Amino acid sequence: MDHFPTSWGRPRTEAYDAYNTFPLHQRPNPGHKDAFAEGVQRTQQPIVTGTSVLGILYKDGIMLVADTLASYGSLARFKSIQRLHPVGSSTVIGASGDMSDFQYLQTLLEELIIEEFAEADKHELGPAEIHEYLSRIMYGRRSKMNPLWNSLLVAGKKDGKRFLAYVDLLGTTYSASTIATGYGAYIALPLLRTAVEGKEDTLTEEEARKILEDAMRVLFYRDARSLDKYQIAIVNDEGVTISEPKKIETEWGFAEGIRGYGAQIQ
Amino acid sequence: MYRNTYDSDNTVFSPQGRLHQVEYALEAVKQGSAAVGLRSKTHAILLALKRSTGELASYQQKMYRIDDHVGIAIAGLTSDARVLSNFMRQQAMSSRMVFNRPIPVNRLVSSIADKAQVNTQEYGRRPYGVGFLVIGQDKTGPHLYEFAPSGNSYEYYAMSIGARSQSAKTYLEKHFESFADCTLEDLIRHGLHALRESLQQDKELTINNTSIGIAGPASVHEKDVPAGGSFRILEGEPVEVFLKSMVPKETAEAQAAEAPAAEAPPDGAAPAQAGDQDVSMAE
Repeated sequence: MDHFPTSWGRPRTEAYDAYNTFPLHQRPNPGHKDAFAEGVQRTQQPIVTGTSVLGILYKDGIMLVADTLASYGSLARFKSIQRLHPVGSSTVIGASGDMSDFQYLQTLLEELIIEEFAEADKHELGPAEIHEYLSRIMYGRRSKMNPLWNSLLVAGKKDGKRFLAYVDLLGTTYSASTIATGYGAYIALPLLRTAVEGKEDTLTEEEARKILEDAMRVLFYRDARSLDKYQIAIVNDEGVTISEPKKIETEWGFAEGIRGYGAQIQ
Repeated sequence: MYRNTYDSDNTVFSPQGRLHQVEYALEAVKQGSAAVGLRSKTHAILLALKRSTGELASYQQKMYRIDDHVGIAIAGLTSDARVLSNFMRQQAMSSRMVFNRPIPVNRLVSSIADKAQVNTQEYGRRPYGVGFLVIGQDKTGPHLYEFAPSGNSYEYYAMSIGARSQSAKTYLEKHFESFADCTLEDLIRHGLHALRESLQQDKELTINNTSIGIAGPASVHEKDVPAGGSFRILEGEPVEVFLKSMVPKETAEAQAAEAPAAEAPPDGAAPAQAGDQDVSMAE
């Protein structure tokens, strides 16, 4: 806020001082703007990013999958970053988008879980509660024009009920039996829907794993920000388990005939 | 009333190690009309005696709904109760907003107990002059808590607060072991019998002076209660059927006197506790 009346509503305040509020040599600098507004910078774009997260319901619970890459622009900068994170004993979240914002969310959730644990009253935050909390955080930040630049999947199983839902940097939420974030929403989601919808209560763990591995392979072929190394998170009655990183088996023989692949001859 | 030396400031201990202001606040609770709370495996209920200032006046409200799953009965300063109940409502709403979860009842009670405790320790403040019975249900079932202005809160099977509540407490102590497996109707009858004990000689429970608060599934006498059985307050007409279910006091006393003589109940059912005597239907 500029408190000097001489500066108000004048394209060229240096020309004259109608109110005679200042001797000429003491005029406030016409180029001067609010020091606070200039000092504050907000997130304009994500910097170090993770790509798609996929999630599906199956017979005994929920499965999430994400690769282990954190890109810096188009550079594959960090190739062993875990993007799946357990929250409490019955929830797991998966993040795409800005990895530093994701790390901030991890600390927030850790604090929340510790506070809940300290109550020691047999009440526990389940996936639905975690999801609601995250949606409030995300919406609150976007309302300050300073969003946390992520699309998140929240999955869990509590009291025998499966839960899978989405929340993003705008605070938008929805729930479905198959969800994918980022590029996966275009490439993988149609495949997942075909494979899963209507079979949520019959798919076995092995079948569900196969569906997700196939989707990740397709994503690795087509998504230039992806990696052939991924982790799967499973939430079932036993709780949360996040697998060790695994390699996607790929076949590149077909590429030999493609112009642009390998060394360029003519 | 006695006059103590160490009572002008609530943060100063008396040489006996007591905080007189806090004890006076507990007395304020005893000035309020009685409230009774009971709990079974399925329900928690409140019963309260409303007062009016005279023939021409309405009866002062004694029960408040905090959220769908929690309600309170108060004894003491109504204005202090409004401050605390508004705070409870805010806490309950905040839990629903942030976590989409009905607030666990114990946490709600702890939050006002913490608030009340501050007033017993900080200079220039006074304790709240009101006590609550709080009932509610959450994932861990139905609950009954007592909150006192000293900053104490405890969970109970059954409890009474307010004027002449010791008589009600005596009734509850005699019968509480049977409450766990009671039907809602039996539980309310026990509650009314307990509340009746706190009445003055010439008074009786009427549809005008009795409030019933219920957390749990609907009674056979209730209509339009949601499946989960959210907290509701019965006043006026709907209370009548429950008042009629009470065993008249003379009969109850006579039965109690008979009980030691005749061990088996008259209807020949399995031997029940003496407390079950006044559960039989009265016409």
